[in-house]
Amino acid sequence: MEVIIENLPLYWEGLLRTLFLSVVSGIIALILGTLLAAARVSPVAALRGFSTVYVEILRNTPLTIAFFFAAIVLPRLGVTFQQFEVAAIIALSAYTAAFIAEAVRSGVNSVPLGQAEAARSIGMKFGQVLNLIILPQALRTVIPPLINILIALVKNSSVAGAFFVLELFGYGRQMANANGDQVMAVLLGVAFFYLLLTIPLGILASTVERKVAIAR
Amino acid sequence: MFARFSLMTTQVPGDALVSLKAVNKHYGQLHVLKDINLNVRKGEVVVVIGPSGSGKSTLCRAINRLETIDDGKIAIDGKELPEEGKELAKLRADVGMVFQSFNLFAHKTILENVTLGPIKVKGVPKAQADKDAMALLERVGVGHQAPKLPAQLSGGQQQRVAIARALAMKPKVMLFDEPTSALDPEMINEVLDVMIQLAKEGMTMIVVTHEMGFARKAADRVVFMADGQIVEDATPEEFFTNPQSNRAKDFLSKLLTH
Repeated sequence: MEVIIENLPLYWEGLLRTLFLSVVSGIIALILGTLLAAARVSPVAALRGFSTVYVEILRNTPLTIAFFFAAIVLPRLGVTFQQFEVAAIIALSAYTAAFIAEAVRSGVNSVPLGQAEAARSIGMKFGQVLNLIILPQALRTVIPPLINILIALVKNSSVAGAFFVLELFGYGRQMANANGDQVMAVLLGVAFFYLLLTIPLGILASTVERKVAIAR
Repeated sequence: MFARFSLMTTQVPGDALVSLKAVNKHYGQLHVLKDINLNVRKGEVVVVIGPSGSGKSTLCRAINRLETIDDGKIAIDGKELPEEGKELAKLRADVGMVFQSFNLFAHKTILENVTLGPIKVKGVPKAQADKDAMALLERVGVGHQAPKLPAQLSGGQQQRVAIARALAMKPKVMLFDEPTSALDPEMINEVLDVMIQLAKEGMTMIVVTHEMGFARKAADRVVFMADGQIVEDATPEEFFTNPQSNRAKDFLSKLLTH
C-alpha cells in the first residue's frame, strides 16, 4: 500500500488527465453523436446512409483500431498533431459518438410518431421538430444509457495509456515498471481511482432515471 | 349556400380552397387511394365517411402531406403541395390538423402546446401568443387547465386543446382525422360541440368521422369512400335518405341496425 501513498501525486495527475480526456471526448462525442442520430432520422437519404455506415463501422470495430487510425494513419495522411493526446481525443470521441448516436436514435424512436406529426402539421421545420419536440422527450429515456456510455468512455480512455498518453493507466504502467515488486498494489490503486470517477456516474444515472420519468 | 346543392362537375377548380386531382397512392400492393378527385370550397364542411380501410384517413393525411402520394395533384388555396422542406412547412402552418390520438406535446403544458406554433413558426411575441392562446382555450372550454400537462387531462379535454392548438395558427382549412374515435362516449359530444361551433363560424373543414349525427348537423357535403375510391359525393340529406350506390346502402344499413 505504501507505493500508492508515495505516488499519490502521480495518481492524482493521472486522474486529472483521465478526467480531462473523458470530459473533452465526452462533450465532442455527445455533439457528434446527436448530429449523427439527427442525420439517421432525417428525410435526406444521403445523410441517413452516411450516419448508418459511420455508426456500424465504429461500433463494430475495436477501439484499438480507432486509436491506431488516429495516432498512425491520420499523421500519414497529413493530419499531424504535437501531442498524442489529440489523437486519443479524436479516437475516443469518434468511437463513443457511434454509441451515443445509437442511444439517441433509440430515444428518438421511443417518442410516439404522432408527436412529430403534430409538430410538422403546425408548420415546424425538421430542425424545430427535433429540437423542440422530439429530443426533449427522447432525453428522458436516453439519459440512463448515455451515462452508461460515458462510464465506458472513462474506462476506454485507458487505451490512450498504451499510445504514449500519460493518464491514469499510463502513469500506472510507469509506476508498475518502477516498482516491479508491488505491481499488484499499483494496479489496485489504478482501479480505485477509476472507480472514483465511474461510481458517482453510476449513482447519477440511477438518480436521473428516477427523476425524469414522464407521464403520458 | 349554393355550394350545398352544386354537383361535383359544376365546381370550378380555381374556386377550390383544397383541390385533389387524380390522386393515387399505394402501400406496396394495396391501392389505398384510387384516382381521387375532390374540391373543397372556402367555408365548406366536408365529412368523409366509409368503412375502415377505405382510405379516408390516408386521404385526410395526404392533404397536408403527412402521407406522400404516388401521382396526381393536391393544391391548397391554388398552391400545389411542395416537396419536404421550408415551403411545405409554411403551407402546413395554414392547414390545421386534429388527430385521432390528440398528439399533444407530452412535455409541454396545455398553454405551451397552443403557443408553441405561433411563437416558433410565426414569430408572434410570447405575451401576445399567451393572450391569444388563453382566449382559444376559453373558447373550447379548457381555460382553467392551462398550466397542466396533457396527461392530466381527460381525452375530451385533450382533443379540445388539440383543436385550439390547430386554431392558434389561424389556418385556412382544418383537417380532422377521426377526432372522436379514441374518446369515451360521454366525451364525444364536448368535442363535437366545439367542431359544430367552428363549422357555424365558417371554418373550412374536412372531417373524417364515424359520427353520422355530426355529418347530418354540420356537413355541407358527405363524401363516401370505399376501397380507396370516392363512391358518393352528396349533401347529407341526399346521402342519408337516398344513397345511390349499393356500397353506401350496405354501409348505412349496417349503421342503422345497430
